[in-house]
Amino acid sequence: MSDAHSNPPSSAALLSSKGEIKVWLTATGLSVGLFMVIGLLLLITWNGLSVFWPQPVSEFTLTSQKDGAPEKIAGIITKNQTRRSAATGQAIEEIQVFTGNRDAYGLAFRFLDQSSLASTSLPADYIVAERSEYGKAIFTPVRLEFSPTQSLLASDPTFFPELHRLVKEGNARRTEITTLEKHEIGAVNARIDKLEIRLRKADSTAEDRAPLEQELAQLRSEYATLATQAATLRDRQKVEKLVYRLASGEERNQAVAEIIHFYQPNQLTLGGRFKIFLHHAIAFLTEEPREANTEGGIFPAIFGTFVMTLLMAALVTPLGIIAAIYLHEYAKPGIMLQSIRICVNNLAGVPSIVFGVFGLGFFVYGVGGYIDHGPAYPLPERWWFLASLGAVISLVLALLLTLKYSPTQALQPKSKARSFAENSLWITTALLTLLTLAKCPYFHGFFSDKLPSPTFGTGGILWASITLSLMTLPVVIVATEEALSAVPRGVREAALACGASKWQMIQRIALPGALPGVMTGIILAMARGAGEVAPLMITGVVKLAPSLPLDGIAPFIHAERKFMHLGFHIFDLGFQSPDSEAAKPMVFATTLLLIFLVVVLNLTAIQIRSHLRRKLQASAF
Amino acid sequence: MPPLPLHLQNSARPFIEVDHFDFWYGPKQVLHDIHLAFPENHITALIGPSGCGKTTLLRNLNRMNDLVDGIRHRGDIRLDGTSLYDPKVEVISLRKRVGMVFQKYNPFPKSIYENVIFSLRVAGRNDRRQLDEVVEKSLRQAALWDEVKDKLHESAFGLSGGQQQRLCIARAIANRPQVLLMDEPCAALDPIATLKIEELMTQLKDEFTIVIVTHNMEQARRVADLTAFFYLGKLIEYDETLSLFTQPSQIQTEAYISGRFS
Repeated sequence: MSDAHSNPPSSAALLSSKGEIKVWLTATGLSVGLFMVIGLLLLITWNGLSVFWPQPVSEFTLTSQKDGAPEKIAGIITKNQTRRSAATGQAIEEIQVFTGNRDAYGLAFRFLDQSSLASTSLPADYIVAERSEYGKAIFTPVRLEFSPTQSLLASDPTFFPELHRLVKEGNARRTEITTLEKHEIGAVNARIDKLEIRLRKADSTAEDRAPLEQELAQLRSEYATLATQAATLRDRQKVEKLVYRLASGEERNQAVAEIIHFYQPNQLTLGGRFKIFLHHAIAFLTEEPREANTEGGIFPAIFGTFVMTLLMAALVTPLGIIAAIYLHEYAKPGIMLQSIRICVNNLAGVPSIVFGVFGLGFFVYGVGGYIDHGPAYPLPERWWFLASLGAVISLVLALLLTLKYSPTQALQPKSKARSFAENSLWITTALLTLLTLAKCPYFHGFFSDKLPSPTFGTGGILWASITLSLMTLPVVIVATEEALSAVPRGVREAALACGASKWQMIQRIALPGALPGVMTGIILAMARGAGEVAPLMITGVVKLAPSLPLDGIAPFIHAERKFMHLGFHIFDLGFQSPDSEAAKPMVFATTLLLIFLVVVLNLTAIQIRSHLRRKLQASAF
Repeated sequence: MPPLPLHLQNSARPFIEVDHFDFWYGPKQVLHDIHLAFPENHITALIGPSGCGKTTLLRNLNRMNDLVDGIRHRGDIRLDGTSLYDPKVEVISLRKRVGMVFQKYNPFPKSIYENVIFSLRVAGRNDRRQLDEVVEKSLRQAALWDEVKDKLHESAFGLSGGQQQRLCIARAIANRPQVLLMDEPCAALDPIATLKIEELMTQLKDEFTIVIVTHNMEQARRVADLTAFFYLGKLIEYDETLSLFTQPSQIQTEAYISGRFS
């Protein structure tokens, strides 16, 4: 270093010696990541929330003529864009307009060239109405028709109070119809199904069948009464009519009771807009979807995601913790343990669709099919008896060998031959028991009456949850193991020195100390499970589930039912929908909700974890 | 029969006898033919440089070393006449008779109350009144009762280091063991807390046989009745504390206590 003075270092070398460049590099990496995350969140939040905001309705007068007058179109501007004309290559400014009225126009959206617009105005009397069919309508009201002879003009001051009243009545009646059809008729239907199955099974003697048939007839008449009631209500919905005029001048009819909700966007104050915004948001969260999921709410999807995630957590938690305890506390270190750890870690990297396929093959068709109709290939009776006899004998031998071990001997290591014999006897017992259960020729399934329609032998929320819990098992195992190794050795030794057995030490000291870490694992598993789609698509998620997995009809929890899921809902709306343009707002809103759910889940868990940490905070060791 | 130091041979009963004990961690022998006895109701200090095997010997007295893989021993250790390695002896019941206090205070992440009665809980004793009594008695003996009696159900981590270590002592004596092993109990404490623990030990020896490992020769001199000096896995000298420190018979002992190596 004697020539340091004669040879001053170059400025680049000086810079790099200070590490400035590397600091900048790391900072760039972080800011790119942050920029992307924040950008994505802002995009989704903005688009997701603006769905609910009531936009003004503009009336466009076009330069083109139709039936001798300039053509008029009313709608909400959804997009401004520039398109390049195919013929001339010139840039053309155009707007996308949501016109609604799918029943009248066929499509809900139109593109208009800016150059074709003669004028644009915001007339105050436009109404946006959500209907139970054909989506939204945008119109100016003409009159209400109570009966062919009695009507009320829109200019009458009592028109809007009357319209509000009728819409409210219609909504009440619609709820009544839903209750009738879903719950009451559903319950009667379930009973009829059960009776029919019993009738099919009953011996053909007349006195056996007579009471059943009598009951069936009674149920059928009950069903007929309820169905008539529902039909009457449905007819009643169509009595009052609203006559309205589209921008084009065409007059149309609409049953008032089929309007769910309406507002006059061009007359709203800021407060009014906010009220409508809230109304839309609440309806989105609590209502069932309509019109191939592009309208209405997503309540069943929220509920399905919630139940599925909870069920998955309930399954994966005990399994993962038990496995981790064995791996970390009891298993003997060696090649075997090492390779099991590697396998568990690799399991976390298996594509989720592979888990889905496994779930479909093993749980749905295998276990589900077995529950439905018993073993597909039962053992011949003689072989089955032999197998069950073998299972009992090996169980007795294994028990004898294990229990004849006095506790004082437990200090000395068992002889190799003995522990080998013991282990192989237990394994034989387990295998033979499994064989006798899986291949029992006397078991014909719990739901064989309902065949050929499957009960558990098809995708359902139970199988989906089990599949996902398998998928997230490695996360819980790894987190639990790490948390267990973070429990200070000194505390473990102190517990043992107090005369605790190893299990007592684990149960009373190690596990409670590891709880915050275990919680982290469960949260990660839940967040991953809640956002997963691929394996669910083939193990039980559907586009539209007729009923929730929990309801008021016994046995209340229907683990075999198919369900809806937010992640799949996004996929379905965005890519499987008949009118993807109309579904786009729903996609954003649903995505926002899913992200919100995952964030809430994580925050709750972080809260619980820090609470536990504060409680169990270990000494600085 | 391993001997007690001469001056005690008539006045005290040997409670723990270590009989020609060799010990290996895997291929490495860490204890060579240790042969000595610890008298009942006395404090015996084990001193020596790091790695001399004193902690290993201590951890063998309640078979804490069983947790380590690949250990092997020869010879015997007897507690009140019964071998620790007798197949009839259960490790768990042995550890109930031999309490242990560690170098770094290690209370459980529980309340003070639950810390003290942990050994009773794992033994399945849940009678509330009995537990209350045990808590008070143990904490009083550990000279901690007055400081914590109003916050028994608060977390043990709220206590100072010295208090936590005394809590660990209370925990170790709650189940009335016969022997108390202390592995450098003051290494992590300041001088005032150390003094308190030392006073405590002197009081406790009326009831317990205490074996303490220490690096601090002043401490050994202050509290121990007997001192054993270990070097490279061998017992070099074992005598009454005063005579060991004033007239060491072995040259290594003299070198160590005069501070020529440590």
